[in-house]
Amino acid sequence: MESLTNTIKAVPLDHYIILCTIIFSIGVMGVLLRRNAIIIFMSVELMLNAVNLLLTAFSVYNGDASGQVFVFFIMALAAAEVAVGLAIIVMIYRNTNSIDINVLNRLKW
Amino acid sequence: MNIFYFIAFLSIFFAILVISAKNPVHSILYLVLTFFTFSIQYLLLNAQFLFIVNFIVYMGAILVLFLYTLMLMNLNKSTEPTKSAFVKIAAVIGGGCLLVTLVASLKALGISQPVVLKDPGMGLVQNLGKVLFNEFLLPFEISSLLLLSAMVGAVLLATKEPTRSA
Repeated sequence: MESLTNTIKAVPLDHYIILCTIIFSIGVMGVLLRRNAIIIFMSVELMLNAVNLLLTAFSVYNGDASGQVFVFFIMALAAAEVAVGLAIIVMIYRNTNSIDINVLNRLKW
Repeated sequence: MNIFYFIAFLSIFFAILVISAKNPVHSILYLVLTFFTFSIQYLLLNAQFLFIVNFIVYMGAILVLFLYTLMLMNLNKSTEPTKSAFVKIAAVIGGGCLLVTLVASLKALGISQPVVLKDPGMGLVQNLGKVLFNEFLLPFEISSLLLLSAMVGAVLLATKEPTRSA
């Protein structure tokens, strides 16, 4: 474990921020690109995970454990969100026989 | 070479595959791999509690729930029509603009100190448990209410309405 954690000593904080920004942007692109409701949902999970990793990196950088507790709360919130969201998607599928979000364009107005 | 950059490359690679895979099941499997690389990042930061929680909750529970829902719907490839090329290009440009803006603002800030583990025992279960049950006791209890309400809501939404016979 010591040898593993020694490897991060050369990594600047900037590189963590850039990595998380790239993953977050990929999640945003996924939300904009796809029409499958489940894949849009997975892109949202990707964005949540990018933020989690960034919070952990900042927590280690500042030597403050509160950041990691926050990540724990975000994970609990993500679990609740997934349960409710997938229930909504199942209900949409039951009503329209499809999970294409363009079927739901009546919600626009 | 530093292991961080290798894992970071893998996570970006798999994240791109998640949003570009045609088959939704493949997409979920790539998402599992992405989350696995994130778990390794937590381990490199010596956040062992988050490593275990990420492994069990995300890869074990949430993604299996996704896979189960997807297989319940029995989708094949032909059910998802793709967006038009114009919308795709606009989406990529929009995401790219967000990326460029964030990275440029980071460069303007100009901080680049290395991440050093000040307290090696910070991410362990013992230390995090003490913080969680002293400073964050009330949010912890409230999150249990949140989970309960989410469970009730999910059951309420997903059950079929009873047929009003007679």
